[in-house]
Amino acid sequence: MAVQTELLKAIPYFTGLNPEELDSIKELIFEKEVERGEVILLEDEPADALYFVTSGAVKVFKTSSDGKEQILSFIRPGESFNDVPVFDSGTNIASAQAVGPVVLYGIRKNDLEVILKNHPKVSLNVSRVLSQQIRGLVSLVEDLSFRHVIARVAKILLEYASDGTGPKPRLTHQEMAAMAGTAREMIGRSLKSLEDEGAIRLHRHRIVITDKEALREIAET
Amino acid sequence: MADSPVIEREKCDGCGLCIDVCHCNILVLVDNVITVIEEKKCVSCNRWCAQCEMICPTGAITIPFDVVIEER
Repeated sequence: MAVQTELLKAIPYFTGLNPEELDSIKELIFEKEVERGEVILLEDEPADALYFVTSGAVKVFKTSSDGKEQILSFIRPGESFNDVPVFDSGTNIASAQAVGPVVLYGIRKNDLEVILKNHPKVSLNVSRVLSQQIRGLVSLVEDLSFRHVIARVAKILLEYASDGTGPKPRLTHQEMAAMAGTAREMIGRSLKSLEDEGAIRLHRHRIVITDKEALREIAET
Repeated sequence: MADSPVIEREKCDGCGLCIDVCHCNILVLVDNVITVIEEKKCVSCNRWCAQCEMICPTGAITIPFDVVIEER
């Protein structure tokens, strides 16, 4: 399918551009369809394009040497990924995988330079987008380096665990995120860490505390 | 007790991202609002993955968990 101006308008990189400018940019953009589970980019490989999600969602993640996955973000329609390497000429900083069927718009590095030269407004928009990405990453660094989110989630689970004296309210990821003062993505990650450490087990609609003492120790770190 | 994702219809904007991420194929759009079909299949993965809740940009889907202590 041809690249659509309407979809370009919804991308923050192109905010404030008039229809003629969007039409000229459209010529430099290519469309790519990706199937669920397909890996779009691999960390540390040479980068030649940045991508915008126009439908579906993409998971951007890093993988440790022992295969542990760290999700950096989920990219939703209108948002971009792989911005950094096309600007600094380095390799891909993370891997990207489609979490469902996805349609992407891509711009090759050389074409992006042409767009930036011809449309100064785009440069300002890019600064804004990259600044927002830095805010998100700084918040993630804070969560990971101080480990306090996992401890807070452990504490929440201990507080909400049913001890047989009466019904306790059920908890959603959103509620846990609000209570722990973090993003929903961090809750999934924290629960996975607690499961890996043997303190809990996730089973259907239950979070089963399998080692209360271990969970208490984590809560107190 | 609900045994599947809980949908707040008025919050759903019909974007369909949750359908894409659902491994168990239990979500469909009906009149542009997300709807759960085949509730029991939500546990095909034997655990509630909560990907739909995580991806939803408007917070329309929630997966409520019971927190219980394992009896020894």
